[in-house]
Amino acid sequence: MSQPSTLKSMTIGESGLAALFAVTAFLCVIASAKALDAPFAFHAALSAVASLAAVFFIINRYFERPAALPPAEINGRPNYNMGPIKFSSFMAMFWGIAGFLVGLIIASQLAWPWLNFDLPWTSFGRLRPLHTSAVIFAFGGNVLIASSFYVVQKSCRVRLAGDLAPWFVVLGYNFFILVAGTGYLLGVTQSKEYAEPEWYADLWLTIVWVVYLLVFLATIIKRKEPHIFVANWFYLAFIVTIAVLHLGNNPALPVSVFGSKSYVAWGGIQDAMFQWWYGHNAVGFFLTAGFLAIMYYFIPKRAERPIYSYRLSIIHFWALIFLYIWAGPHHLHYTALPDWTQTLGMTFSIMLWMPSWGGMINGLMTLSGAWDKLRTDPVLRMLVVSVAFYGMSTFEGPMMSIKVVNSLSHYTDWTIGHVHSGALGWVGFVSFGALYCMVPWAWNRKGLYSLKLVNWHFWIATLGIVLYISAMWVSGILQGLMWRAYTSLGFLEYSFIETVEAMHPFYIIRAAGGALFLIGSLIMAYNLWMTVRVGEAEVQMPVALQPAE
Amino acid sequence: MSFWTRHQVFEKNSIILVVGILLVIAIGGLVEITPLFYLKSTIEVVDGVRPYTPLELAGRNIYVREGCYLCHSQMIRPLRDEVERYGHFSLAAESMFDHPFQWGSKRTGPDLARVGAKYSDDWHVTHLTNPRAIVPQSVMPGYPFLGQTEVDPASIADHMRTLRAVGVPYTDDQIANAASDLKAQADPDNAGTDAFGKRYAKAAVRNFDGKAGTPTEMDALIAYLQMLGTLVDFKLYNEKANLR
Repeated sequence: MSQPSTLKSMTIGESGLAALFAVTAFLCVIASAKALDAPFAFHAALSAVASLAAVFFIINRYFERPAALPPAEINGRPNYNMGPIKFSSFMAMFWGIAGFLVGLIIASQLAWPWLNFDLPWTSFGRLRPLHTSAVIFAFGGNVLIASSFYVVQKSCRVRLAGDLAPWFVVLGYNFFILVAGTGYLLGVTQSKEYAEPEWYADLWLTIVWVVYLLVFLATIIKRKEPHIFVANWFYLAFIVTIAVLHLGNNPALPVSVFGSKSYVAWGGIQDAMFQWWYGHNAVGFFLTAGFLAIMYYFIPKRAERPIYSYRLSIIHFWALIFLYIWAGPHHLHYTALPDWTQTLGMTFSIMLWMPSWGGMINGLMTLSGAWDKLRTDPVLRMLVVSVAFYGMSTFEGPMMSIKVVNSLSHYTDWTIGHVHSGALGWVGFVSFGALYCMVPWAWNRKGLYSLKLVNWHFWIATLGIVLYISAMWVSGILQGLMWRAYTSLGFLEYSFIETVEAMHPFYIIRAAGGALFLIGSLIMAYNLWMTVRVGEAEVQMPVALQPAE
Repeated sequence: MSFWTRHQVFEKNSIILVVGILLVIAIGGLVEITPLFYLKSTIEVVDGVRPYTPLELAGRNIYVREGCYLCHSQMIRPLRDEVERYGHFSLAAESMFDHPFQWGSKRTGPDLARVGAKYSDDWHVTHLTNPRAIVPQSVMPGYPFLGQTEVDPASIADHMRTLRAVGVPYTDDQIANAASDLKAQADPDNAGTDAFGKRYAKAAVRNFDGKAGTPTEMDALIAYLQMLGTLVDFKLYNEKANLR
């Protein structure tokens, strides 16, 4: 290497990306002017502003930075890149609270329908995708991106690949969320559940996702460790498979390149199968594989114990990703989908129970010899309870995929309850646990601001989950039974609206559960904010002290 | 060399790991999805099923835009109580022109696969404007704005052209007359209703929202709801022809 040169010049990445964004801004202004509908004009204008901001950000960053790019190592130790991780963690918390809040609103709308206000942009049908996307893709997605960038650096012992690329991923992904979310409110949707964003948002996500894969893979390739750590297999399976699912489910032809509306290439039964192949594997690879990666890194790290079984993790990994892909048709039991496809989906869903519990055992048994820490460390408790919820919902899921059970549970709130025991208990808690670990680590703090507040968060949120899922179990099974109830004379016993009326008390309990979960997340946000601002406030002792208030 | 040692090839080569993942996840999808494009029961053609009229298509787009599918399924399962409550179980052919499908996954409200012709147009206007005016226990949002927003007849031909490109068999004649057909279906006094009736079998021509002038979104949505599940005549339908 030559001496650090005093000449400072833009890298190809900086100049190229700045030029690309400048062109994009120009094209977006044209698209906005020629737009056929108002939402498209708004999104094009938003993209133009964001592209200009990107140009400004890149150039400003260039003037601010020293001539040499950040070194890969300082004094023989990896110079980890924490900036994008911090940003993504912050956004995760932000979107999480927003998503939980919208969830509380739509839960309340079902209990008190006047809350729809009879306006287009506040009605249940537009807010529900906003809720699901905000919690799954915005909250969950940011947790996954932040944690994957963290884990891949630490477990490969190298700095994250790329200079601007990681920033492109985190900013680009959050811009996708912004476009998708505002689109739902304005009525822009292709109506495929969990894949609602229209064609231009899908295209943008594809670009961002490919860069994400490249950054992740390039970091693994230049690793200093001979083996790729198990968490990274799961992250890789998550990134690669989500790309395949996204491309398979979303091919659509726009009515005009200056309009938001498109028609998806698949129709009817084929579209239904593509949709639930995608939909169930969004659960399998986004909400499971990705978060299992978190389990495999953060639980051993926090418990200071090695993973229970290396061989079990190999079986867990391959069995899980092979079996999950087949499970989609269980969303289409007794529909016009052929019986053999339904039965195949059911069979593989039941088999899926095994690797799921194998993974749960691997996570839980990692605590061998460290179970006492559950008493003193509420963060570890959160992580472990998340794995317990994972075990519970991965038992419930295969059970509900059995056709006779499904004939009762399908179309009812039982499904909603099942999803939330997985989403709040497993994904939510494992994400909270990961953020509670990662925020002090990424910001170089000794510990969290207050463990006592974590404890409060844990119990309030757990109570919320219990209220939520038990209300939905009761209402779902009740509704399913009422739909099929016959009188002694052989007539249907209940009209549909009588079953709606019977749901009312459970919808109130569910909303109360959601409110508790939201309160817990607000406590968490305060705790993390104070951790970043002032760091650890109290001495870490077995018995937690009063929080500084 | 044991199995566990052999596995190291994946743990030490990221590209081999990626290829392995791709192969393993490809199998299930290929086995389950590919046959659906050529099996008889999944590509059956049933008498009576036709593409949507321009007004129905506009209505369907409103149905999609407002997220109706989040609370209403359009898929009647062959279970005793469902067939009695909603009608004949849904056929694959009945949604063959749906891009995307609207089978739904949740019944906060009832199934709509055969809601067509069950209620009067007036009932729908009142119910969509304020559901609790007709059904006091309902939790459905009100959609009063539909009656105040006009549908744009000029752009519907582009939508039909796009649908034709993804496989919906609209004819040149249907696309050329899309705008006038859209207006004709909501206006029984229109000169074009006869020609419209020839282009779309069994399509209802009525002033759905009861108001004069350019069709509103209320017209379009009700036209769509009133045709749901009405295309196939089950007195003539031969179940054995397409056993599933």
